[in-house]
Amino acid sequence: MMRRQVPLLICFVAGIVMLSQNFIPPLTWIYQQALEWARIISAIALFIGLISLVRVHTMKLKRKAPNYRYSYVTLFALCYMIIAGFLTKYGVFVKLHAGCDPGSAGEWIVTALEKALNFQEIFLNVQIPIQATMFSLLAFYIASAAFRAFKARTFEATLLLIAAMIVMLGRVPLGQMIPGVKEITVWILDVPNTAAKRGIMIGVGLGMASTSLKIMLGIERTYLGMKD
Amino acid sequence: MLLFVLLVATGHAQSSAFDRPPAPVTNVALKDAPDDAGGAITISWTLSPDDAGGAMDVIGYDVRRSTSPDGPFQTVKSVPRGSSEAADETDLDSNVNYFYRVVVKDAKGEAPSVVAGPVQAKVPWFNLGRLNTLIATIIYITLLLYFIFHAKKGKKLFIRRLAGLDALDEAVGRATEMGKPILYVPGISQISDVATIASINILSGVARTVAEYNTRVIVPNYDPIVMTVAQEVVREGFLAAGKPDAYDEHDVFYVTTNQFAFVAAVDGIMVRERPATNLFIGMFFAESLILAETGASTGAIQIAGTDAVAQIPFFIAACDYTLIGEELYAASAYLSRAPLLLGSLKGQDWMKICLIGCIAVGVVTLLFGIESFRDFFETPLMIFRQ
Repeated sequence: MMRRQVPLLICFVAGIVMLSQNFIPPLTWIYQQALEWARIISAIALFIGLISLVRVHTMKLKRKAPNYRYSYVTLFALCYMIIAGFLTKYGVFVKLHAGCDPGSAGEWIVTALEKALNFQEIFLNVQIPIQATMFSLLAFYIASAAFRAFKARTFEATLLLIAAMIVMLGRVPLGQMIPGVKEITVWILDVPNTAAKRGIMIGVGLGMASTSLKIMLGIERTYLGMKD
Repeated sequence: MLLFVLLVATGHAQSSAFDRPPAPVTNVALKDAPDDAGGAITISWTLSPDDAGGAMDVIGYDVRRSTSPDGPFQTVKSVPRGSSEAADETDLDSNVNYFYRVVVKDAKGEAPSVVAGPVQAKVPWFNLGRLNTLIATIIYITLLLYFIFHAKKGKKLFIRRLAGLDALDEAVGRATEMGKPILYVPGISQISDVATIASINILSGVARTVAEYNTRVIVPNYDPIVMTVAQEVVREGFLAAGKPDAYDEHDVFYVTTNQFAFVAAVDGIMVRERPATNLFIGMFFAESLILAETGASTGAIQIAGTDAVAQIPFFIAACDYTLIGEELYAASAYLSRAPLLLGSLKGQDWMKICLIGCIAVGVVTLLFGIESFRDFFETPLMIFRQ
């Protein structure tokens, strides 16, 4: 019973307090404190994620699961960045440089290691370009998705196709030179598009409030691993 | 000669105006900013006669504050010329007397106003600015509770079909026939996001179905806390289906908390594991189309559900079924058919009807120039303000 009732009680009390602080200014400090606690717990939870990551990939290596070699890359990159982070954060290379004679072989080795294990350099020159590459895939995927989706099979699909053509034309300089395209584009985006978005947002807002209330009252309990 | 004397006299007068400090501001008024947590005071004044008139050489105004009428005063805000109001929001303590003076500045000097005060930054017990929200919230909660407990009496409630959720059983069956796993991505947000909680609720139903069909489900997670919740939910799903041994905890794992690294990992899973069914349910951002298109290229059947308005079009274009907006929140009620959950859907729908009605009446009345209906919504606030 404790396993079921205590989490529901905590949820209820926390929900009522958070709802109240929205209307009672003297209670806003509770919200600020809760945010601080959430940040601390997230940082601690990162260790749980790290353990999960290491366990999953170690298991794949042990079992020699298909494509297990990627797990070597993952674990190597994980260890490499942890070491680079600690060395950069605690200024280890600065201390090593101080202990080396200028121009000596030791100084050369320390400089090479510093360049190879500089956390910020690795982040800027490896991670950021890889992220940008993934983001750039969107340009090609938008084209392929549009090619598959914009087919005039039904009335609604035809309407979508026409609207998409007008908006795409209206967003490029050449298309804006066609009389009326820019104005129709602005109208499509400002009127029906905005109206649809607002309608969805009203529904989403009501759904969120309803789900939150159900969770607070303990009606929705599946997220705790309990049946309704 | 007379003209020459006049010219010299005028020039002398003008140079005198520029040589002296500006005339000080007058009528400095102080007011505690209403409906806040006690952190702001509004200061207003009448412009210096040398601002937009007179010498017209004012540079700006400094608002200075002290806890004593004799000073020392410290500048808390600087505003440009032409400004007759400023808000002090810097480190105010409630129930402490503050005194202000407004100092007008030009190139030649500055002139302080008389000291105004005392004023206190008070913390009101209730934020009147949110009174309308409170009333709407009370109405909504009342509606929800009414229909939830009405449903407990056993009345059957109609709920329209949601194609995406009807296709879940078919999608899981397809994966079982093909001998391939199901991929479930619960979004890239934290557990505090309601969309993620809705996704976990759906995962519970999916896990039970998957366990009954003896199929594997892979759940990569963006957030470690979501991972722990997902592990518990999937384990309970397998337990509820009577197959606890079939649950593999390594199938529900943490990937990374970096957006594009996560999507790269999930794309890799899709290309290598070739799941027969992809479920993208939760909060998504720019990576949504990358996920959906990669899944489409592997030939998987895809069901998506999100409340991120900007990503819905991408999912509609690239997925077979999409749960739009509030359908995501209705999904747990739809799948479980629990009377209490269905009752809450009815309450939601009635609130939506009320809101649509208010919008329609408001639009029509404003079209005819009748503002009283719109003003009615501000009435509760104004009554209490007076």
